[in-house]
Amino acid sequence: MSSIMKHHLFWPLCVLAALLLFNLCYSPDFFSITVHDGHLYGSLIDILNFGAPLILVAIGMTLVVATKGIDLSVGSIVAISGAIACLSISRGADQNSMGLILTSVLLAAGLSLMLGAWNGLLVSGAGIQPIIATLILMVAGRGIAQLITGGQIITVTSTKYAYIGSGSLAALPFSIFVVALVLVIALLLTRRTALGLFIESVGCNPSASKMSGIRAHLVILAVYVFCGLCAGIAGLLLSSNVSSADGNNAGLWYELDAILAVVIGGTSLNGGRFYLTGTVIGALIIQTLTTTIYMIGVPPEITLVVKACVVLAVCLIQSDTFRAAIAARWKSRHYPAEKEMSRHAS
Amino acid sequence: MPLNRKYIPIVVTILLFIVMFTAGSFRYTGFFSLQVLMNLLVDNAFLLITAVGMSFVILSGGIDLSVGSVIALSTMVSASLVQQQGWPPAVVIPLVLLMGAVFGTVMGAIIHYFSIQPFIVTLAGMFLARGLCYVISIDTITIDNTFYTAMAQTRIPLPGGSFLSISAVIAILVVAAAIFTAHYTRFGRNVYALGGNEQSALLMGLPVARTKVLVYTLSGLCSALAGVVFTFYMLSGYGLHAVGFELDTIAAVVIGGTLLTGGVGYVLGTFFGVLIQGVIQTIISFEGTLSSWWTKIVIGLLLFVFILLQRVLSSRRLTLKE
Repeated sequence: MSSIMKHHLFWPLCVLAALLLFNLCYSPDFFSITVHDGHLYGSLIDILNFGAPLILVAIGMTLVVATKGIDLSVGSIVAISGAIACLSISRGADQNSMGLILTSVLLAAGLSLMLGAWNGLLVSGAGIQPIIATLILMVAGRGIAQLITGGQIITVTSTKYAYIGSGSLAALPFSIFVVALVLVIALLLTRRTALGLFIESVGCNPSASKMSGIRAHLVILAVYVFCGLCAGIAGLLLSSNVSSADGNNAGLWYELDAILAVVIGGTSLNGGRFYLTGTVIGALIIQTLTTTIYMIGVPPEITLVVKACVVLAVCLIQSDTFRAAIAARWKSRHYPAEKEMSRHAS
Repeated sequence: MPLNRKYIPIVVTILLFIVMFTAGSFRYTGFFSLQVLMNLLVDNAFLLITAVGMSFVILSGGIDLSVGSVIALSTMVSASLVQQQGWPPAVVIPLVLLMGAVFGTVMGAIIHYFSIQPFIVTLAGMFLARGLCYVISIDTITIDNTFYTAMAQTRIPLPGGSFLSISAVIAILVVAAAIFTAHYTRFGRNVYALGGNEQSALLMGLPVARTKVLVYTLSGLCSALAGVVFTFYMLSGYGLHAVGFELDTIAAVVIGGTLLTGGVGYVLGTFFGVLIQGVIQTIISFEGTLSSWWTKIVIGLLLFVFILLQRVLSSRRLTLKE
């Protein structure tokens, strides 16, 4: 039993289960999934569908956090990627031509790769603290997104583009497959190759891992590029879901939600270890929480307050000093000497 | 006389400001006037006040991401108390300042006593304050209280036909007080020592805990004061006021030559950092054809250039030491 409790997914899963259970008590048909025109409909599907961009961004963020970094620019990259895709589609003669959609998607993905590389170069090449290096793109990125969209909300009428974010494949939303694909690739790369170990090693101590032959610079660059790409794909999902790009509001607060998802998933902000599956569950918790708050009729504005409390609670639990303070209070109710003896005896 | 290396960033900042202002004066008619210069202060009073608080936080080696939200919360609390509850401004303003200070103290205490990174604690603070705004109201609350409108419209005439607003005067007083605090008081020296090396500061017997918590208290207080000034400026309270403001503030401090790693920098530099941001905005508005989004991009680029400059300077200093 204790080994189950010590598993890193135990607490995140408990929280998710508790949230789902609460929802079930509140509205009994929460788990019901209906089939309509060959598509599945239901709250659970909605959570997966609307949570997809956040999960993507959070997956990228996990690897960045694992190298002891942070990427504040993901929200801006989401906005830029959606903006460039929608712009290039809206300029096309036939918005439904497959070639145009593919070019636009590739353009957006390429641009977000470049933005990720820019972050990575600043962090690994110039040696700037990650929070500041990515802050630059966070500030300037919204400006760039606004320039691309010309300060307007670009609307596209392409049904093929809309498919990415709101279409469905095998009765499930297409976005779920995109997320699953990225997750599987990330898991295979980090857990079936040595790459994951390299990332964790760089997160523990960059100079030590450099001396043991790991190209720390390259690893750091790679995680930022991957994070940028994930954010770019998330931007595509978001913009195609609503068939429009809003440079100002697309991906707003995403960096914070993504960091929250990563931290809830058990990845420490001090770097050195990461749990991709934990992050996915963390993102699902956030999405479920948001859905729950909407559903029970609490004004959605309170979401922010709840999220703030969650961030603080999770961080406090992660803090050694805090745990020690709690433990000291707990222990003083017992006989310290006896406890000490039993620990040495075992 | 060779220039002391520690003055290079601040000299670059001041030169940059002079160059930008001169370039603007040559390019646009009507740019070169005392009033344009004064407007930099009038329009950026709240940024200046917040940036002063942020300077202390960054000098101590920390960061405060909650400033924009605290400003929004201050406008919201002021507006709802004055407008909806009918409280007198003389009660509301001290209350708002106290609220900001307490907010900062709590964050500082969590940062220090539980040793959690400042950015994550202040990030939570940012969420919390922004959320509390929405809890109060999701709509704009317009203020038509006579005291607030008087504060907004009063013009203090200066020789040469230009004027300053009360907010700008408050901002200048704050800057003066901050320069005094940073360079001529024990607290200021403690902040520099703490930012230089926390371990050494502790071993020297400096009150690290008190200084660290006080720095965040100061930042919270400055943000709340900036919120009050912002209320004078906007004459409304709104949960979406000052979104992304923390970044402008950090940019002002960094462009002003303060090292993000802490311990090196001047409050006066922050003052010029704010003026540079103001000049960029003024130039863009004089240009007319450029969208205001260029402000963000130019500030981002400047931030980038200054951080690189800092890297080059600090790495050269390291090699010199070796």
